[in-house]
Amino acid sequence: MVVSSPASSVALSRESGLGLLRDMLRIRRLEEKCMELYSAGTIRGFLHLYIGEEAVAVGALRALQPDDAVVATYREHGHALVRGISAGAIMAEMFGKVEGCSRGRGGSMHLFDAATRFYGGNAIVGGGLPLAVGLALADKLQGRARVTACFFGDGAVAEGEFHECMNLASLWNLPVLFCCENNLYAMGTALARAQAETDLARKAASFAMPAWPVDGMDVLAVADATARAVPAIRAGGGPCFLEFRTYRFRPHSAFDPELYRSKQEVEAWKQRDPITTFTARLREQQLVDDAGLTRLEGEIAREIEAAIAFADAGHLEPVEDLTRFVYSEPRKAPESR
Amino acid sequence: MSGAPIRLTYRDAMRAALRDALQRDPRVFLMGEDVGRYGGCYAVSKGLLEEFGPERIRDTPLSESAFVGAGIGAALGGMRPIVEIMTVNFSLLALDQIVNNAATILHMSGGQFNVPLVIRMTTGAGRQLAAQHSHSFEGWYAHIPGIKVLAPATLEDARGMLWSALEDPDPVLLFEHGALYNMAGELAADAGPVDIATAAVRRVGTDVSLITYGGTLWKTLAAAEELAGIGIEAEVVDLRVLRPLDAATVLASVERTHRAVIVDEGWRSGSASAEIITRIVEGVFYSLDAPVARVCSAEVPMPYAKHLEEAALPQVPAIVDAARRVMSARA
Repeated sequence: MVVSSPASSVALSRESGLGLLRDMLRIRRLEEKCMELYSAGTIRGFLHLYIGEEAVAVGALRALQPDDAVVATYREHGHALVRGISAGAIMAEMFGKVEGCSRGRGGSMHLFDAATRFYGGNAIVGGGLPLAVGLALADKLQGRARVTACFFGDGAVAEGEFHECMNLASLWNLPVLFCCENNLYAMGTALARAQAETDLARKAASFAMPAWPVDGMDVLAVADATARAVPAIRAGGGPCFLEFRTYRFRPHSAFDPELYRSKQEVEAWKQRDPITTFTARLREQQLVDDAGLTRLEGEIAREIEAAIAFADAGHLEPVEDLTRFVYSEPRKAPESR
Repeated sequence: MSGAPIRLTYRDAMRAALRDALQRDPRVFLMGEDVGRYGGCYAVSKGLLEEFGPERIRDTPLSESAFVGAGIGAALGGMRPIVEIMTVNFSLLALDQIVNNAATILHMSGGQFNVPLVIRMTTGAGRQLAAQHSHSFEGWYAHIPGIKVLAPATLEDARGMLWSALEDPDPVLLFEHGALYNMAGELAADAGPVDIATAAVRRVGTDVSLITYGGTLWKTLAAAEELAGIGIEAEVVDLRVLRPLDAATVLASVERTHRAVIVDEGWRSGSASAEIITRIVEGVFYSLDAPVARVCSAEVPMPYAKHLEEAALPQVPAIVDAARRVMSARA
């Protein structure tokens, strides 16, 4: 097993530093607003917030090219936003509007987008892994040097599909980046209460692929690890497993009374808030100051306000269309001139 | 190619369909357990590895969920995968991928991502394979919106359904009855695609409609011959497609004969046969001259012993009896 190298190998310019901070803040502020709207009853269904884990999506997705693919979980608002789905399309989806990225058919747990090759929004734990393996197989068979990044949590590691997919990807040398977001809890079940071997990278390494743990609270460590893993995968080196050790600051979903963990534990992890610590780092290196932060927050607030306005102004799909998209619709012949 | 008939088995017809698909479309590949070196559990893919190589004839580990899901992913990625599951009972290990992913992704994505995947599997009993290799879950699968469910019972359909299934933009499940693989007959050498939307009337008759699909088609046709011997002309409808169901063909037949018997190798409770009867009752209730009857498998896990297995399955005498009862009911 390789231990994650110090993050200093990622050269930190003002631009890239602010870019990373901006994306983490965009996720945080978007989700804070989602929670408000959920409490107000505007957003319904399940709502799983990524707050606390932003460094993982932001750092990892930076290493991908536009035609790479992403398969994510039901805690995917952050991945969707950073991958390039607009905040408006995400918000409209949660509002159940036809302008949503899944036309309001998916909701918070099922964000999809063909333009950015974003394949969900998968809400069966472990169920996205076979899709990622298949997408990578298609790329391999068609001779395309593309990578599929597959996100899943520590809970998925207990599923048979995890083991089947790790084996198949390695056996067939497929270009998959397995991104395990280990936030220590499968809903309310602590990792140590679910796994005999809690070192997930070690478990993954038994499938004969490079696997190492990464500090998932440090966006530079995440960016560095994926920047090393992705080119090797793209070059035909086969899959790679990164265990991002992270923590969810909010309840599992809006219905979770959090009986399974202590406030002290949550507070201790909040001391390592990826946004706070990274902001401090940028200040230290004089890459950002108060005025810069205020400006950034203002831009993000405007983006989110615009997203909410867009979602609010969106349309409800006519009920007559209820049974569309169960089967493909006949392709329309091009109109003759 | 010529249209002159050649003699072949159901297995040969399936293999010819696979070869054809692999030759015609470079996006097509076959994967599953022992499809390559072993030649397929039921020898359907025998010889294909040698002809098309290991990239396109892919042996998989015993990981049904992973390789069925990988088929879905590969379909999303632009390929036209054919996934073979050794037997219908094993498909339950991939039920999550079939029901939660293949059937839902088009809808969940608001129409953005379709899944052009074909899944083939062996179904049915009759070979003393007992309670974990012999069931008929087609009716179950037909419950799921988003997938199509095919049951080829004839050489034409064994040869032609795969082609049409591959042309379909959505997931298609093909159920091949294990007792049919050795069935031999004649088929035009240049037999091609067949429709995967309609039921077919396999025997025209005026007195009673016998409605069936898959492995029980041939038992039902044999029963119809027997009935003809006692002056009852039965019409035999082969459903061919369990989802979406071609109710129009079924209802039209019942409207002509006014009587119906459903023959289904699945269990009766909550079954395909129950669905057919409901459609008849909803659609042509006032055309009926007698209560609808059905002949299904006994509601037990399939036993191994030959006499018990035979007793558990729909058989010709039971179909004949059911038709006679329906005929003798007062109009």
